[in-house]
Amino acid sequence: MKQVSAKADTERATGDVFAAARGRLPGAGPIPQIRARAFDVYKRAGLPHGGMEDWKYTDLRALIGEVLPLAPQPDAEALVRAKASAKQVAADQAIKLVLVDGIFAPELSDLGRLENEVVVRSLREVLENSVSGAMAGLMLSTTSDSAISLNAAMATDGLVITVAEGNAVKRPIQIVHVATGLSVSTYTRSYLQLGNGAHAAVVESFVPAEGASGYQTNDATIALVGDEASLSHIRVAAAASDAVNISSAIIAAGTRAKLDLFSMTCSGSISRYQGFITLAGEGTKLSANGVNLVRHKLHADTTIVVDHAVPHCTSREKFRAVIDDCGRSVFQGRIVVRPGARKTDAALTTRALLLSDQAEADSKPELEILADDVTCGHGATSGALDDTLLFYLRARGLSEKDAQTLLIKAFIGEPIEEITSENLRDFVTAQAEHWLQAGR
Amino acid sequence: MALLEIRELHVGVENREIIRGLHLNVNAGEVHAIMGPNGSGKSTLSHVIAGKPGYEITGGQVLFRGENLLRMEPTERAAKGVFLAFQYPVDIPGVTTMNFLRAAVNAQRKAREQQEFSTPEFLKRVREVAGSLNIPQHMIKRGLNVGFSGGEKKRNEILQMALFEPSLCILDEIDSGLDIDALRIVSSGINALRSPERAMIMITHYRRLLDHIVPDIVHVMSKGRVVKSGGKELALELEACGYAQFEDAA
Repeated sequence: MKQVSAKADTERATGDVFAAARGRLPGAGPIPQIRARAFDVYKRAGLPHGGMEDWKYTDLRALIGEVLPLAPQPDAEALVRAKASAKQVAADQAIKLVLVDGIFAPELSDLGRLENEVVVRSLREVLENSVSGAMAGLMLSTTSDSAISLNAAMATDGLVITVAEGNAVKRPIQIVHVATGLSVSTYTRSYLQLGNGAHAAVVESFVPAEGASGYQTNDATIALVGDEASLSHIRVAAAASDAVNISSAIIAAGTRAKLDLFSMTCSGSISRYQGFITLAGEGTKLSANGVNLVRHKLHADTTIVVDHAVPHCTSREKFRAVIDDCGRSVFQGRIVVRPGARKTDAALTTRALLLSDQAEADSKPELEILADDVTCGHGATSGALDDTLLFYLRARGLSEKDAQTLLIKAFIGEPIEEITSENLRDFVTAQAEHWLQAGR
Repeated sequence: MALLEIRELHVGVENREIIRGLHLNVNAGEVHAIMGPNGSGKSTLSHVIAGKPGYEITGGQVLFRGENLLRMEPTERAAKGVFLAFQYPVDIPGVTTMNFLRAAVNAQRKAREQQEFSTPEFLKRVREVAGSLNIPQHMIKRGLNVGFSGGEKKRNEILQMALFEPSLCILDEIDSGLDIDALRIVSSGINALRSPERAMIMITHYRRLLDHIVPDIVHVMSKGRVVKSGGKELALELEACGYAQFEDAA
């Protein structure tokens, strides 16, 4: 009974949040209606909960209970704090695009340094000024996930990044999401459209501004990658220790495309990164890797669904988790091989390093193979640091702490090494080292 | 004062006594060989000197330059100049040999209040020593011991020994897994490090190693004790008659 009433309360609160926010949500023409429908979809399912198979380890209904009111438009003071945080996580040579509390902040962004090969608009601008059917499609969901439906209903802003056919963007584009608020929620939705033969690297960073606390972030990134195009998408998420971050990536790629995906979650009370990747054209190669770094009582969930829809695609997934104190890391990796998707070559490994007796790792690799003549494999392990390795390093003069740090770095180095750009690899390594230093 | 002095040492693992009243004195400049059958406690002795956790010291003393070695962390022992070349060197993917070497050498130098090496200085030093051990540069840039053959791992141990400049080198079956060419390279690397300030303890089953690295003193270990000590000719005697003659002595 208690649960039922908790659900009813949550929904009432969420309904109020949507009603209260409606006037501030951008979108002309059919958009308001699409939002209302998305909200209905969300309302029917409610906050993702343990009864949903995909969310069984991350029961948001139990963990966060309610959706907080929409964050106000950031004021000048918030922008000053956001600027400082955005600077801290800036990737070397990247073109920075900053979203503060869910609103694009051009004054903190490097729009002037954008290369001619790429077009960047804010979602708000697109939704308000263009009401063609194509743009309305931006807000439609291709998955039934209720967190993504909520995102479609509530998204206040985001970035629409287009790289036309044959164009290569040389410098990485970095979307920096900064949260400045207290007990508010933000919703951002971004689009990456890469035409045939286009190349781009997009980094997404999540970071709290000084003083931000208890906030909820719900972000969705939707990427369409053309034939023979290549996309690197590197995500590094940090959040206040009492904040929630739900990020979804929905990615589809055409023929002979190349996807190089990486996600690292470093902090936040409750974090969920979910990637839905569809390999829709033959000969496409996917490398999807990630790291969860968890300590204290924090909870980090990475869930990746790879859909091999056509034959002759390759996917490789390497996932590592480092868990200290009473932290909990979840990794779910589902590989679907559709009927007829023969010559699929898919492999997934997940390993967890437990640094304390209370640390918890849940791994759920799943293969759903509906085609013949495929190669699919998965492996999952978890354990403590190897005593023999520790002794070896200490016997060579490293302190116990330094030996541990070196081994942890080596452990998470494996998926990080898969990032093709050396510059971005160094960026991710530096962020991971920052996490390691903070706890030592 | 002996560099290493072991008095009446007793060591157990999981309630089983492995070392049972062992005595050993090693002076600077000496090369000792410890021979003995499997299970006589040779490797346990090397681990206890280096400080490997998991052993229970139930009696006796191990003094290094007069200091109680048993009270020190492995890190501190390394900084004081104790080096153990592992029988089975570990491999660590994700840590390049070069980065590991630099971290370890500088940690030791820092602990000894010596100045850390500058990067070019260190690279030069590594290149020199690696060259003398036939260790190609590309191996140093790879993950520590990852994909190395048994012989390459052992050469890598000697590379570290040369860089760390320890006062006491314990070589735990450095000859195991080596073919004759690799044995020659490893032995000449070790011989090059013999010096009046440095002592070595070689643990081995086989006399073959002692043809390449001629010891000053040979000890026979059986059932957790040194049961006989002598000159290098003792190794020949062992080869002719086997260890059985010493079983009773223990």
